[in-house]
Amino acid sequence: MPENLFKINAKEYILPGTRACQGCGLSLAYRYALKALRENTIVTLPACCLCVLHGIYPSTPVMIPALNNSFASTAASASGLVAGLQAMNRTDITVMAIAGDGGTFDMGIQALSGAAERGTDFIYVCYDNEGYMNTGTQRSSATPMGALTTTTPIATKQQHKKDFLKIMEAHDIAYLATASPSYPIDLYDKFVKAKKIKGTRYIHLYIPCPPGWAYSPKDTVKMGRLAVETGIAPLFEIENGKFRFTGRSKSMAERGNRLPVINYLEKQGRFKKMNIEQLQQVQHWVDGKWQEYQRRSQE
Amino acid sequence: MSNVQIMTGNQAAAIGAKLSSVQVIAAYPITPQSQLAEILSQYIEGGELKAEYVRVEGEHSALTVCISASTVGARVFTATSANGLLYMHEQLHWAAGSRLPIVMCCVNRGVGAPWTIFNDQQDSISQRDTGWIQIYCRNNQEILDTVIQAYRIAEEVYAPVMVCYDGFVLSHTMMPVAIPDPELVKDFLPPYQAHTILSPEDPRTLNAVLFPWRRANSEGVLCDGYMEMRYKLQAALERSPAVIEETSRRFAEVFGRDHGGLSWGYRMEDAELVMTGMGSIASEAMQAADMLRDEGIKAGVVGIRVFRPFPAKTLKEAFRGAKGIVIFEKGISYGYEGALCSDLKAAFYGSENQAPAHNYIAGLGGRDVKARELADAARASWMEMQTGIVEKPTTWLNCYTG
Repeated sequence: MPENLFKINAKEYILPGTRACQGCGLSLAYRYALKALRENTIVTLPACCLCVLHGIYPSTPVMIPALNNSFASTAASASGLVAGLQAMNRTDITVMAIAGDGGTFDMGIQALSGAAERGTDFIYVCYDNEGYMNTGTQRSSATPMGALTTTTPIATKQQHKKDFLKIMEAHDIAYLATASPSYPIDLYDKFVKAKKIKGTRYIHLYIPCPPGWAYSPKDTVKMGRLAVETGIAPLFEIENGKFRFTGRSKSMAERGNRLPVINYLEKQGRFKKMNIEQLQQVQHWVDGKWQEYQRRSQE
Repeated sequence: MSNVQIMTGNQAAAIGAKLSSVQVIAAYPITPQSQLAEILSQYIEGGELKAEYVRVEGEHSALTVCISASTVGARVFTATSANGLLYMHEQLHWAAGSRLPIVMCCVNRGVGAPWTIFNDQQDSISQRDTGWIQIYCRNNQEILDTVIQAYRIAEEVYAPVMVCYDGFVLSHTMMPVAIPDPELVKDFLPPYQAHTILSPEDPRTLNAVLFPWRRANSEGVLCDGYMEMRYKLQAALERSPAVIEETSRRFAEVFGRDHGGLSWGYRMEDAELVMTGMGSIASEAMQAADMLRDEGIKAGVVGIRVFRPFPAKTLKEAFRGAKGIVIFEKGISYGYEGALCSDLKAAFYGSENQAPAHNYIAGLGGRDVKARELADAARASWMEMQTGIVEKPTTWLNCYTG
């Protein structure tokens, strides 16, 4: 059972009226993340969908202090906040850096790798909506094979998604977890846990995106669930090198009831040009990852 | 009691930062700045300086760390050179746009390609439009003193300050430097009190997106748009010459050394031929002026200490008696002329000072330029000016252009 099932912080840190799109998976995830981290938190973020969610000056719906910085600099910005707070004797504050897949997999990877290698005491959150969604659904290195984007508009993306979790795990960080807004209690648990741990903590959020993935805004939660149920977005955590499935993925691993990826892909307009070969490749890719995770969960 | 020690420019800068009680340092080593990053690391690991040192993985992150640490109220320091400065370029704008009093040393070095590790000023000159105050030092004493002054200036006007000094020529050259009394420095430069500190006690989103127009907040108060904020940065820089001069005056009172506020003069009383430049080349021009004086030419030097904000008003006054101006520059605005030359001529536009101005590009990539060669160039220009040559194409000194 999720640890905090009946203990979710009732306080809201995001007021109604954000500038996020209808059905935005990020606003749901961010809401629960902030509930878990509570007041004593400073957020830093780059130019991204979250920057839009934070609103247009001089008003913001977010009641947690936040510092916008440039695209490539999120983790370096967090490093600066941590160092500055240390210098000012404010070590009671949790620093959370949060960026999309563009700001993490692509442009922000150097700063993140540097901060993680230094063991910077912060939580880094990547909200992965699998493309440059804020600028209009362009391809990123997190975009899955076979997806249409505005920079792969005809032939679809030809490569698999970058395995960023492996890259982060290779940094030997204190805590690594994946989460989905479709399973908010699991997500909440992981942020509560991350807050208590010292050192670099990385949380990967799989974020369904109605305009970018071309599905109806009402289906965001469903899309997130399908991502988990097909094994495309496995829920797990790695602590001190120990891999552990969590929530829905845990029961799937036990029961062996993983759905085929087609159930997920067919519901999104972005995969409408995907050919059979690509479909098989994606299924094969997901199978391989899942088996690897299963093996590790039994170690 | 004065405490004079023989030291390099990099050591002087490090002592300046230490005396300024910086709280967060982030720097990435690059020749010729590296020694500065190393000395500061030693201070911190050796317990001489209580500060956080973030050993970043690149210059973009170095300045980012300073930006974010400054946002939570810390006094911050960084230093770089050449391509490192260019790698920071985006964050130079971010620092100035965020109105943070960051101080950075730029140890001037030529920019690749092709690679050079040697000195010129193309690096900082090419960053002149980023909203930073730029001060050019002519010796190691001035470097140490200017770092301390820079914090007072930056924290007064809420704009970042770049303290520029020539790579190798100053950074690696030993000179006697008087180390100020730390207690006096504490009085001169009290701890940084930020007007806005990002904290959970006062949650706000900083550097949020703006619309092109002004917009009301929840209380109905109309707030600045992007353009108003940018105007305020410009207004701060326009206000800063008075602050720089006052800081210089106050520094001279306390420590007995005056490096000039915005500019300085040498043998200018009756000078007709005025040589000018920034940093060590201006310092060298003093020797050239002595040589020309020995020949009977009334030569003098105006050293330009502050390049941004450009002290047009002060310089119009400083060049008042000039009948000919020779500008030596270690950088160029490609496709036109030296940036200082353009700015200087623009400052004289419409004024009574219509002295001919000749522009020499010198010492790029560390190409040696001797005082004798500056004197020869200035004399040649002076003769040409006598024969009525007002306009002259930019001359590349000591360069085989054939």
